[in-house]
Amino acid sequence: MPRHPDGPSKPASGLILPRRRFLQLAAAGAAATALPGSAAWAQGARPPKGTRKGQVVVGISQEPTVFNPLRARIEVDEGVHMNLFSPLWSIDAKGNLVPQLATEIPTVENGGVSADGLQWRIKLRPGVTWHDGAPFSAEDVKYTLDLINDTSFPAMLRSGHNLVRDIKIVSPTEITWRMETFFAPYFSVLAWTYIVPKHILGAGGDPKDSPFNNKPVGTGPFKWVERRPGDHIVLEANDKFYGEGPFIEKLIFKYIPDLTVLKTQFQTGAIDHIGLQGITADNYDEAKKYAGRKVTAAPLPFIEAIVLNNERPYFKELAVRQALYYGMDKATIIKDIFYDVPRPTETYLPQESWGYNPNLPKHSYDVARAKKLLDDAGWKPGAGGVREKNGMKLDFTTSTTAGNHLREQTQQFLQQGWQQIGVKVTIKNFPPAVMWGDFWRKGQFDTAMAGSVYSVGSDPDPSERLSSASISAKTGTGQNTSQYSNAEVDALLKASQNEVDRAKRKANYFKVQEMVRADLPLLPIYQWSMIEGVKSGLVGYEPNVNYRSNCWNINTWYWAS
Amino acid sequence: MSGFLLRRLAQSIVLLWIVSMIGFALLHLTPGGPLSQFTNTPGMTDEDLQRLTAQMGLDRPLPVQYLEWFGRLLTGDWGRSYRDDTPVLLVIGSRLGATLQLMVTATLIAVLVGGFIGVVGAVRRYSFFDQLVTVGAMIALSIPTFWFGLMVIYVFSVKLGWLPPGNISPVGNESLIVFLHHLIGPSMVLGLVTTAIWSRFMRSSMLDVINQDYVRTARAKGVSERIVLVRHVLRNALLPMITIAGLEVPTLLSGALVTETVFTWPGMGRLFLDSIGYRDYPVVMGLLTFTAILVIIGNLLADVLYVVADPRIRLQ
Repeated sequence: MPRHPDGPSKPASGLILPRRRFLQLAAAGAAATALPGSAAWAQGARPPKGTRKGQVVVGISQEPTVFNPLRARIEVDEGVHMNLFSPLWSIDAKGNLVPQLATEIPTVENGGVSADGLQWRIKLRPGVTWHDGAPFSAEDVKYTLDLINDTSFPAMLRSGHNLVRDIKIVSPTEITWRMETFFAPYFSVLAWTYIVPKHILGAGGDPKDSPFNNKPVGTGPFKWVERRPGDHIVLEANDKFYGEGPFIEKLIFKYIPDLTVLKTQFQTGAIDHIGLQGITADNYDEAKKYAGRKVTAAPLPFIEAIVLNNERPYFKELAVRQALYYGMDKATIIKDIFYDVPRPTETYLPQESWGYNPNLPKHSYDVARAKKLLDDAGWKPGAGGVREKNGMKLDFTTSTTAGNHLREQTQQFLQQGWQQIGVKVTIKNFPPAVMWGDFWRKGQFDTAMAGSVYSVGSDPDPSERLSSASISAKTGTGQNTSQYSNAEVDALLKASQNEVDRAKRKANYFKVQEMVRADLPLLPIYQWSMIEGVKSGLVGYEPNVNYRSNCWNINTWYWAS
Repeated sequence: MSGFLLRRLAQSIVLLWIVSMIGFALLHLTPGGPLSQFTNTPGMTDEDLQRLTAQMGLDRPLPVQYLEWFGRLLTGDWGRSYRDDTPVLLVIGSRLGATLQLMVTATLIAVLVGGFIGVVGAVRRYSFFDQLVTVGAMIALSIPTFWFGLMVIYVFSVKLGWLPPGNISPVGNESLIVFLHHLIGPSMVLGLVTTAIWSRFMRSSMLDVINQDYVRTARAKGVSERIVLVRHVLRNALLPMITIAGLEVPTLLSGALVTETVFTWPGMGRLFLDSIGYRDYPVVMGLLTFTAILVIIGNLLADVLYVVADPRIRLQ
């Protein structure tokens, strides 16, 4: 089935913490040797290095078909990439950067980044080999960055990478470059940038036609075995993996397009882990009762909100935006339509982000207050009870993906609520490809119900969505689809992007969230979750809001005996 | 005969050209595009989107895009998937086998089961059996394939545990027995509608023949009822069924769309739905052209077989 940019359609509940915390991949090299060699295979105990048992079948509802990790891709492709390839560093579930192909995260203290943030020096892990046995070196890192910036190569994301200049290979294990301007989110961008092999892709010929695309070679915990198109992909353990694990012999990605069938196959045991797009919220209670299965509501970075088109004349008034927020019965929506699974939010950042401001004013559902705000602002009830002022009516449309039943129910509920305060809303939904095309990006909607990620991976920078320089309808670039424009917010965002000190950035982002909460360019409803599950004997699954797939740590998963 | 074939071939090419043009226009009339799935990716900027649009050639005028596609098709180049750059023919080829397995099995079920029901229904016209299967066929034709598929999984897999809950085979175990076990559910579902159709046509075709003079003559000569039915009635009644078989190709192809989705069967139907979802124009167009060719061949084959089976008919 088609999946569209606003991601999985049916959100779920709060984060359930994993049963035990795992050693961080950060110290993987050291940790592996530090593990007690006699570690028992009992429940909860981690298997000793080099022991592997069984296979894991991951069920997903879209088919991974893109295996060059730099190309345009979707979530399920990334789930495969993170097991075949390695980035310089990854992001753990707490938002910490964890070295992978780099030996340490570059900081001003360790000399990895100059004080102005422009000179970078990365030390690489020695002794790493590609799955075909060739040695990994700084040449591969340089080749990867060059390929992303190659104009003939259809790389997915170039932001951040396009600021890199003068890449120099100091030695096979050391590389330096200069940044045109400092771009703090680049640390996050690099955590999703998987390094590709120069000796294969750069061996001549167009990388688009390389056999690599159907038989990828990486440095990650699993090696490519085979793919049956339309059905499954088989990977096997990489016994030369530099990090921890893997503790299973085979990893299989099984494609099951229908969500009901996906759930049934999880129930009957045909799949061991139900990943994207998980179990629908209405089936959560039923799934919790499956024998021998554990289901988890994994948090996602998507924030569901009613996005207002702030260029519409009636939305230019703060009182109108506030009244709409007071007239929105968020608690009932979350409880009755979403089975109390997602968590309400007041901001655009996921609650797991280091930039998340927990001290924002709490929303309350208050019809009397909403009416008073509109009365005081001079909006008088007119024909049919619809308020109007200076010939302008509070009569607008709201749009979202057609066929998304939970969203459509939410719209109808909001429609009734807002009718009570004298606001007329007409529902006008479109198929995903229409909804999220120019209609959304170029600001042709009045209000839209959308789930979006406002941060850049683990980095809380929302410039692409909240800075006035990112209004695509005006500047031709950016994703500030609400057309929010606040000079103070712009200045804070700009300053934070060029700031090396995380504490200062955090303070700035707290302020930005306060201002956005006060201005209400969008009416936040909740943060998404996705209900995923594993068989009870499978240990190690841990949701990570910083990645688009929770397959990020399968190298540490194992079967308890 | 060869003149007929040549004429049909020429007609087919014109037909293909029209089908592809309508398909292309409809596909591009549907707003949105191959890039809309990326627009909400964290970190995706507008510059990145515009660059990808240009790199995919989507910023060119539509007629130019169509003519380029059609020109290449004539030279045997079916283009490449927007999503993963794989040549379209390879993508289709990798899914063709699975769909053909389903279609052939479903057709066998329809011919054998539907044929049997139709023959018995015609011979014992208005009997209890005939009434029962008439109602049964109406129900089979009306129930949604999607729902029926889920019911089969629920009853035979979840409740009874007799059949696997879909999939073509478990990973790593692709023996023939296992494959046939997995084939039962989806071919039953896909075959249901065709079986119902087949039984109705078979019944009326039999009834047409049964009332012919030569059947009465045969009976009057004292030929045994068994031989009358098999040699005189059935053989003549099967003739129009050749055409029905040819016309069944589109029904089976569209049924496969749903069946393959419910039973996670890696065939062309699912590929078609996925590709439409991704707005993977080259693959959608490739599948459209390919299935159009299949339908044309199916009809052509039916016409030719008709002549082979019945020497009285001449193709002009």
